[in-house]
Amino acid sequence: MVNPHWLVRNKGLLFLLPSLLLTAIFVYGFIGTSFFYSLTNWRTLAVDLSLRDPLWQTYTDMLAMPRFQADLRNTLVFTVLFIGLAVGIGLGLAILLDRQIAGRGFFRSAFLFPYALSFIVTGVVWRWIFNPETGINLFFDILGINQVLESAGMRPLSPGWTTDPEVVLSVNQVLAHALPGGATFQIEWGIPVALIPIAIAATWQLSGFVMAMYLGGLGGISRQVRDAARIDGAGEFRMYRSVIIPMLTPITISTAIILLHVSLKIFDLVFAMSGVGPGFATDVPAIFVFEMMFKAARYNLGAAASIVMLIASCLIIVPYLVHTFRSRET
Amino acid sequence: MRILKLLPLLLLAACQGASDQTDTEKQVEVFTWWTSGSEATALETVLDAYRGAYPEVDLINASVAGGGGSAARPILQTRLLGGNPPDSWQTHHGAELMEYYVNPDFVASLRDLYEAEGWYELFAPSLIDMVSRDGEPYLVILNLHRSNTLWYNKPLLAEHGVVIGDSLSLEELLGIAELLQSANIPAMCMGDTGIWATGIMFENTLVGTVGPERYLGLWDGTVSFTDPDVMAAIENYGRLLDYQNADHAALSWDQAAKKLGDGDCAFYSMGDWVYGELIQNGLEENVDFGWVAHPGSDGTFLLVTDGFTLAKGAPNPTEALELLRIMGDRVVQEDFNLIKGSICARTDCDRSRFGPYLQWSMDKYAEGAAVPTVIHGSAAPPAFQQALNDALTNFVVQRDPLAFAETLAREARAAGFGQ
Repeated sequence: MVNPHWLVRNKGLLFLLPSLLLTAIFVYGFIGTSFFYSLTNWRTLAVDLSLRDPLWQTYTDMLAMPRFQADLRNTLVFTVLFIGLAVGIGLGLAILLDRQIAGRGFFRSAFLFPYALSFIVTGVVWRWIFNPETGINLFFDILGINQVLESAGMRPLSPGWTTDPEVVLSVNQVLAHALPGGATFQIEWGIPVALIPIAIAATWQLSGFVMAMYLGGLGGISRQVRDAARIDGAGEFRMYRSVIIPMLTPITISTAIILLHVSLKIFDLVFAMSGVGPGFATDVPAIFVFEMMFKAARYNLGAAASIVMLIASCLIIVPYLVHTFRSRET
Repeated sequence: MRILKLLPLLLLAACQGASDQTDTEKQVEVFTWWTSGSEATALETVLDAYRGAYPEVDLINASVAGGGGSAARPILQTRLLGGNPPDSWQTHHGAELMEYYVNPDFVASLRDLYEAEGWYELFAPSLIDMVSRDGEPYLVILNLHRSNTLWYNKPLLAEHGVVIGDSLSLEELLGIAELLQSANIPAMCMGDTGIWATGIMFENTLVGTVGPERYLGLWDGTVSFTDPDVMAAIENYGRLLDYQNADHAALSWDQAAKKLGDGDCAFYSMGDWVYGELIQNGLEENVDFGWVAHPGSDGTFLLVTDGFTLAKGAPNPTEALELLRIMGDRVVQEDFNLIKGSICARTDCDRSRFGPYLQWSMDKYAEGAAVPTVIHGSAAPPAFQQALNDALTNFVVQRDPLAFAETLAREARAAGFGQ
């Protein structure tokens, strides 16, 4: 029997219990189940929960798959491109809007609007924009850019965008020297050209959100700080570079973390815009999970890939959480 | 916490739903991926036949869009594993039927129906074999598509002085491709945003190069994917890829069919669902477009079927069996296939109702060796089908025949049928 006094004293716990229970089942329980499935022989629709021998074979197989290697590369490249662009553009927009220009309210809303759309809508729209036949390539003709190039004896501009299978700036040579076993990669480690349009679309959608974050941060910097900088003789550029932007570092970190978990888990935008892409140039782990689970019915492989995605997210989120808790305590 | 407040409401809604279901009269649910133009219209002819016979039954058409069932299958899979099957659903014959549905015990035998309707005499024995396990049939086949047809734009070829006879060899095709290339016309039409479309060209070239017997050997493990003949087939497929339209990666299979009709490219190696597409675009057979067996595959019929199952533990078994009986009816099959652009699974359909291409296809089916398609899931388990699609995605870009062959050999072993 539970002592009723104990319950009365720990009312808080009683109120927390339902959500703790739900989290335990629907978050941690399911993570555990997925992890267990990733170690089993379940690779058809007939459920087979016997453990694989050797136990980690599914993971070994998966890491040897060229497709999964390409997925890891794409996640890395996409993350760097997307966060760099979104943070840079968002910060730029915030600084411009912070300078009391005309039509400020209008632009603030206009830049934030794309954030209200779903990734699927963005994906479908940008897919047509970057279609090599009907999209922005037509502008190269309409604006006369191609005519100028041709008259100069150069080839007309018609990039393949998401259909371009090329991987530029390959670093396989470097990896082969730097890493033990680095020569065994079955894919080219570089920047898949087809990923760039996707990063642009994602940036279009989320740079408004970054701007809003920075506007909030800029509002918190008092006039005195700016005045002090000016009195010390800093020009406008110097003031932003040495005073304002460093003061915004906490905002930059939170923003980057939020964008990171968007990019690590991205599925809908890529799925609508290009699918797996030519030679898996735009494939991402989430699409891999979906296809292995529901098309190939390889449940163990799909589960293994989702566990890898979880670990990747944890590598980023956990240090951040630890950092925030520590700074709150002190 | 908020969700807890909502919980009673959700429960209430669920109870409401359940009680609604018991209130209504008889019903039957059929699950397909036929949602586009001619497919949906063709399906309606079958459903209308059922509604005419049983006006009191509420027929639920649970279609989910997506070519080849790519979007429908995940939903169906979830429903099956969750113990909430539709009464009947669409699937291809062979491995897809067996691996997805017969092995996990999701479907019921249709032997009584086959016997009562005399279908053992009215469907070809080879076809019944393909839908049976241990003598129990599990599928009613509605139609037969031929996958290994090479379509061509007749006026375009005539313009360049090319006339195609009753058959075409690979060397002849490549010769014409060279000729067209000098006129800046891509010989091969392709639209592979869905990678299966180039998969069809690969599988046609494979069967055309190695022949039907060795092709079948690939699936029972007597022939390896690293066999010299298969390597030659991969080389041939690579040679055809060289003559594709440059924007193939941005187009879907039906957009490529439109390109063929418009004369922007000359040949299209694709199943005869293209036929329906071309007719729908207002083109006339034997005038605007012609056809021939894919090079080397004259005596072979690469078979893609659509059929319907009976769920084990179907909520409405009597109504579902009646629906399946109507699907096997001769007139229903004729009406359906005229719109779908395929031929009857029954052998006694009235051929005079069909046009020149479909009559050609019937003759080829009657004389040729019917072999299962791997791209549409009949020849090999789903895990291998996905692995083949992935290997093709890589090959189309990297063009490494040996890596391609070795991947397929490895995946065939992993799927349990390769040597």
